[in-house]
Amino acid sequence: MSAPSLLVSASPHLGAGDSTPTIMWNVVASLLPIVAVAAWFFGPSALLVTAAATAAAVATERVLGHRGTLGDGSAVITGLLLGLTLPAGLPLWMAVVGGVFGIAIGKLLFGGLGQNVFNPALLGRAFLQASFPVAMTTWPVPAAAGTWWALRGDNFAFPFTSPRVVDALTSASPLGRMKFEQQPTALLDLVLGTTTGSLGETSGLLILLCGGYLALRNYLNWRIPASIFATVAVLAGGLHQLDPRYPGALFMLFSGGLMLGAMYMATDLVTSPVTNRGCWVFGAGVGLLVVVIRIWGGLAEGVMYAILIMNALVPYLNRWTQPRVFGARPVEPAT
Amino acid sequence: MAELSCHASMMTTSKDAPPREDLAKGLWRQNPVLVHLLGLCPTLAVTNSVANSVVMGVATFFVLVGSSFLVSTVRRWIPNEIRIASYILIIATFVTVAEFGLQALVPDIYKALGPFVALIVVNCIILGRQEAFAGRNPVGRSVLDAVGMGAGFMLALLIMGSVREVLGSGTFLSVSLFGPRYEPWVIFVLPPGGFFTLAFVLLAVAWHKQRQTARARARATDEAVLVERVA
Repeated sequence: MSAPSLLVSASPHLGAGDSTPTIMWNVVASLLPIVAVAAWFFGPSALLVTAAATAAAVATERVLGHRGTLGDGSAVITGLLLGLTLPAGLPLWMAVVGGVFGIAIGKLLFGGLGQNVFNPALLGRAFLQASFPVAMTTWPVPAAAGTWWALRGDNFAFPFTSPRVVDALTSASPLGRMKFEQQPTALLDLVLGTTTGSLGETSGLLILLCGGYLALRNYLNWRIPASIFATVAVLAGGLHQLDPRYPGALFMLFSGGLMLGAMYMATDLVTSPVTNRGCWVFGAGVGLLVVVIRIWGGLAEGVMYAILIMNALVPYLNRWTQPRVFGARPVEPAT
Repeated sequence: MAELSCHASMMTTSKDAPPREDLAKGLWRQNPVLVHLLGLCPTLAVTNSVANSVVMGVATFFVLVGSSFLVSTVRRWIPNEIRIASYILIIATFVTVAEFGLQALVPDIYKALGPFVALIVVNCIILGRQEAFAGRNPVGRSVLDAVGMGAGFMLALLIMGSVREVLGSGTFLSVSLFGPRYEPWVIFVLPPGGFFTLAFVLLAVAWHKQRQTARARARATDEAVLVERVA
């Protein structure tokens, strides 16, 4: 980020120990257990895909960004988060494309950290999803490849070529199975993460723990995930009561990318509202869109689009929920 | 219409411009798509393959040249108050000719272009040229102007179509470029890819212009320094 022309108000000033790098590197640290578990389930493929996305994001920031912005760690977060939203068998060159797109188009084109409208990692994923729909929805089954060392797909496909069909077991994601085949997945599998899915959308419990740490340190606004979970639980629970064909609240909460999205993507400091009331509305909007897309949409999973759509509304939420100055009377807007 | 009138003064060249300039300005310096950002609807909508782009470009070229010729010929008899309606009528005539022509000659591409052939009627470039140029200039200059602008539109569409077809399908004019193992970037034949491609093409044009301006300025400064030294 270039030095902003910041107007410093009158003293007294209170020094806070937290700086942008402190927060960002804490987020990186809290993501590492999730990456480790992904590696446990999906073998070396998980590490390769995450590393490729992260390396691409960091390299793009280094080449195209302002000098000295690597140290704030935000590019590493974007890369790690992008990697965690990808399937394990994805060719590495596609992960690189996603990382480059997320940082270059999603962040630097807007002016760098703090200026971007959309979450860069999700933008990178959205680009990959629209570009390579087949590769992006080929989900390997965790721990079914025989040995841990086996690759879960054609990770080393030559750049710009399609991945070869590899002898790895793949299956539909729990959400896809539910939506298109009406087959539920056991809740325990969803909570522990022994299901198919993207690298980081398997173990809901671990993501809750890691995100909870960040919420305790106040590095993310707990109101956003709380609002998302509450909205999804109420809507999904209500619909399930009306018609048992719809999946129940717990299934909706622990399947797909909802945990990762709610904890790490929707709470992105740059692309979420600054006011607490705005955060409640933001979360409710994400939750509503997730349920609507998952149940009535053509896609099985809607967390990515839900967050991106709500990202676009953040400036309005900020203006709308701006707190009144104490003692000031509301002024009629000039017509 | 407001958009048209504000462009009108900008797009008119002075009376004593050489004929070569009438023809050439539309290709690059005043390119209707890349510089004036007119006619973006077909530029975004039908450029998902080279063949579609070329056919769309040729149809628009035909309509533009035809209407400019006719409007310029009859310009003295069109009352000022109803000139826009008259222009549209003339343009619509040529669009109907183009539509039947495409339907007979290239029925597959005609189907792929969908409603966008009929929508040439409301293409800002065409009405803009009648209003800004053909309605107030002699026939020869008007036709040259229309040929230049039509060619500029075709050029822009060709650039867009090439990028999108090569990346999005791995082919050029349906001829495979990279062999069967190429993974197409599907997004480039979808609507978002149109917006991305246009943005990058405009970025490249702006970057090129900026460099040209910087170079011209540097040259001017050099000359000024030289003059000072000589003096």
